[in-house]
Amino acid sequence: MIDLYVLLIFMIIGAIIAIEVKDLLSSVVAVGAVGLGLVVALLILKAPDVAITQLVVEILCLIILIRATLKKDLPFSTSGRWVLNSVITIGFIAVFLLAAWKCLRELPEFGYPTMKVASTYLKEGFSETGATNLVGSVILDYRAYDTLGEATILFAAVIGVLAIVRRIGRIKRGEIVEEDDE
Amino acid sequence: MSKEDEKGMSLIVKTITRLTVGLILLYGLYIVFHGHGSPGGGFTGGVIIALSFIHLMLAYGKEVAFRKLSEAAASFFVSLGAILFLAIALLGFTGGYFFLNFIPKGEPFRLFSAGIIPLCDIAIGLIVGAGLFAIFVALVSLKLEPERKE
Repeated sequence: MIDLYVLLIFMIIGAIIAIEVKDLLSSVVAVGAVGLGLVVALLILKAPDVAITQLVVEILCLIILIRATLKKDLPFSTSGRWVLNSVITIGFIAVFLLAAWKCLRELPEFGYPTMKVASTYLKEGFSETGATNLVGSVILDYRAYDTLGEATILFAAVIGVLAIVRRIGRIKRGEIVEEDDE
Repeated sequence: MSKEDEKGMSLIVKTITRLTVGLILLYGLYIVFHGHGSPGGGFTGGVIIALSFIHLMLAYGKEVAFRKLSEAAASFFVSLGAILFLAIALLGFTGGYFFLNFIPKGEPFRLFSAGIIPLCDIAIGLIVGAGLFAIFVALVSLKLEPERKE
């Protein structure tokens, strides 16, 4: 359990560095460090499916963020009201910590006991679906509705992005189209 | 791809890309097809497949990547994956209800086992792989003009 806390502290430090540093590229690298720390934490918690997914999605997001931030000078919003902002932030953190402390006291101990639904899946998942990966049997057989919704969300996102940022609609009349070099 | 292209990154990056991009694509396909037997699944494998095409595009430039998977083909594969997934779900009505596992289970630990789960994995892999590549292409080719205030 101590290694998990070490990883959590590492991730918190990485997140603080990511929001404090002035250079955008360094900030992206710090976010990547937080994500990779999360991958190791998921591996320690014995969830290889989620760890693989987190790893590849993290890499994809890093590539997109680096491509987006590398050549551009994005403006910083540095307002002068940092006292008010800090007070509001600390107040909200205190409220949420209090609420979380009250809620988390009622939860059972970490990983124990196994919930009723989960124990049914563990007992009968293999014989009912025939899949040796129980995560696969849950997300594509027992909870396939959720996966259908997730696929619908992704499909809608792709269609939306392709419809909004497509090249044809953005070219104004009389404008010279120049190819950007990749 | 053997022809020397002017665009893209340096020679070292291009050579390493030529050696590794096929292996990355193959690994993504393996994770998609073995989602019911080992860790992984449609989403993970689809992201790896998309990463292999993104790898090609970053190293060689847009034209080489579009020769392998054009933007129109990516849109087509996204739609095909969505239709396939919904069709598999609707085919469950032949036996009774939505998302019924109507194909026989088969022998465990084999490629063809677990009924509809590998087919759903393939459909989701198509959606995710082609969709994330299309999103990446759209976001990279987008050029925001900064507003100049005089």
